[in-house]
Amino acid sequence: MTAAVAEPRATAEPLLKVRELDKHFGPVQALYHVDLDLPSGQVTALCGDNGAGKSVLTKCIAGAYQADHGQVFWEGQPVHIHNARDASRLGIETVYQDLALADNLDIVQNMFLGRERLRTGLLDEDAMERAAAETLASLRVTTVKSIRQPVASLSGGQRQSIAVAKAVMWNSKLVIMDEPTAALGVVQTRQVLDLIKRLRDKGLAVMVISHNLNDVFEVADRIAVMYLGRLVVQAPASSFDRQSVVDFMTTGGSSRTGGRTARES
Amino acid sequence: MAGLPERAEISPTADLTAAAPEAAAAELPPEIVAQSLGEYFRAYGGRIRAGESGVLPVVVAMVAIVVVFQAISPNNVYLSAGNVVNLFQQSAVIMVLAMAEGFALVLGEIDLSVGFVGACGAAITVQLVQPATTNWPWPLAIVAGLLFCLAFGAIQGLLITLLRLPSFIVTLGGFLVANGLFLKILLFGPFSGYPNLIGQTDNLHVIYYLMWGTIDPTTSWIGAGVVVAGLGALIWWSDSRRRGSGLVAPPASISLIKIGVVAVVAIVVVAICNVNRANLGTLEGVPWVIPIVLAVLAAWTILLQRTKYGRYVYAIGGNPEAARRAGINLTLIRTTGFMLCSFTAGVGMLLYGSYLNGMSNNVQGGQYVLYAVAAAVIGGTSLMGGRGRPLHGVLGGLVIGAIYNGMYLMGLQFEWQYIVTGLVLLAAIVIDAVSRRGSGSGSATRV
Repeated sequence: MTAAVAEPRATAEPLLKVRELDKHFGPVQALYHVDLDLPSGQVTALCGDNGAGKSVLTKCIAGAYQADHGQVFWEGQPVHIHNARDASRLGIETVYQDLALADNLDIVQNMFLGRERLRTGLLDEDAMERAAAETLASLRVTTVKSIRQPVASLSGGQRQSIAVAKAVMWNSKLVIMDEPTAALGVVQTRQVLDLIKRLRDKGLAVMVISHNLNDVFEVADRIAVMYLGRLVVQAPASSFDRQSVVDFMTTGGSSRTGGRTARES
Repeated sequence: MAGLPERAEISPTADLTAAAPEAAAAELPPEIVAQSLGEYFRAYGGRIRAGESGVLPVVVAMVAIVVVFQAISPNNVYLSAGNVVNLFQQSAVIMVLAMAEGFALVLGEIDLSVGFVGACGAAITVQLVQPATTNWPWPLAIVAGLLFCLAFGAIQGLLITLLRLPSFIVTLGGFLVANGLFLKILLFGPFSGYPNLIGQTDNLHVIYYLMWGTIDPTTSWIGAGVVVAGLGALIWWSDSRRRGSGLVAPPASISLIKIGVVAVVAIVVVAICNVNRANLGTLEGVPWVIPIVLAVLAAWTILLQRTKYGRYVYAIGGNPEAARRAGINLTLIRTTGFMLCSFTAGVGMLLYGSYLNGMSNNVQGGQYVLYAVAAAVIGGTSLMGGRGRPLHGVLGGLVIGAIYNGMYLMGLQFEWQYIVTGLVLLAAIVIDAVSRRGSGSGSATRV
């Protein structure tokens, strides 16, 4: 057993375990012996300064990059994720910062892009519209006027909501979100944070990459901090305060009380 | 708090609906917010004010062109049955070429080679049916010509997608190559340089009738009735099923109006075509070319609006990166898009060959490319990719044909036809740019 000792809600095997992950690009060591746990029903915030390796780690999990060494366990079983298709087959969906929505298509068309339903060879718009409406209702995304409006006419928060809904639609178990609130205003940030909490309440594992400590402390159950390619700490959010997270992000350690490292056990 | 952004606490009871910008309301297609006829038209009005007017400008332009030319044409001959049918026939080539160009434009690309690639295909067909040489049956000859177009489109498409070359340059090269090939193909056979369709074999007749053949008036009425009934039933059935299952659907009155418009257009067209328009003897009925254009329109509309393939074409035109992440094979879709573009161009130029009663080195492949792009854009297709329908090509082709025809009747020669067509194109592109700026969309990063 590793860090799970300190976490009462994660008594079972974490949904995703990353062990001793290494990744280098030429001479640059981007990840060094990274260990990370992502339990179901919890929001894990991944923090770190620019260049700490957050995106590389995310992309290794999402199948966009291949790690050089190390292992990934999914529901306790070792897995190899070679591409985004492998990841979605397991139930891992990633919402990148640019959201990847086609402005000229409507909400339903975007949510089903690449996985359209057919009836007698033609698109089954009715079935897709019903399924999309159900997903949006279950996430309580209610601010869009119509599910048939083009994405170009949505606000930033609405777009983020649609991108998340698109990700969770496929029975995904882990949703990774890259800076979900970075470009959003106050009200829209609220929408997205509420949405993240709803994903957690539905039992999904959520990993949020964020620089914004307000958001991190609001939604995260667990916090993991990266510093220069190493995962220096991961622990329940309650054991951190803002200053200790900043210390870990900027120096890789903290003299303040609270932050327990993942390797303490 | 080293450099941490502080943020005001938000009241959890904040009104979330306020997040939707008011401006967005105007951009919604009216059919998705309106529940009654009145609301529908109010929403449509709002959309027009916001610059999202669909096919309305081109219809208005068409009406204006018709009114002006009818008033000033000698003896008001513009709207005579003979001239209107002639106008349809002249426009048909541009319509089909514009539908071809639509594939490239919706993908966010351009194809400058459509004129001469299509001309090569048509020249191959015309050569193969010559009784003095190969004397192929006409279906085989047409298939051979269209296969050439498909192959040419595949080569261009692969160069563009695999080597990531700009389509503008690749198809400019293709334009020149096809121009040369076209002149070479013409040189074969006994009518060196001018293979034609004059002669008494059935093969030659069929190709000639593509443009000049007519369906007898009774059959024309029956055919129009079948088309209207079929299309009407389809509209009514799909709209009412959506209304029944509580999905976003237009009100019943709108479905009826749509069916009514289809019926009126069909009745007017058939009525005009069924007038005897010959000075001597009898010339009446719907020309074959009208159902041919409608068949291309129907096929490409179903392909683009109702199939996965079409959905992917629009997705790539709107945001190629999103399409790539959704697992769409960009190389395959783009390449087949260029193939369909060249294929459709082959159909269009075959109609032109039929119109000219043969092929010769007078064929203006370069000029027809420009008309094709202009027609698609005038009809409402965006040059930025992701927006446009086959119907836009048909409407735009009709506008260009109407100008061309009207100025010809006025005795104004090519100089003025070029100038006016160019000005109409500029007007269309200004409308496109302004409406895009208004809607604030447009992410056409190339992957």
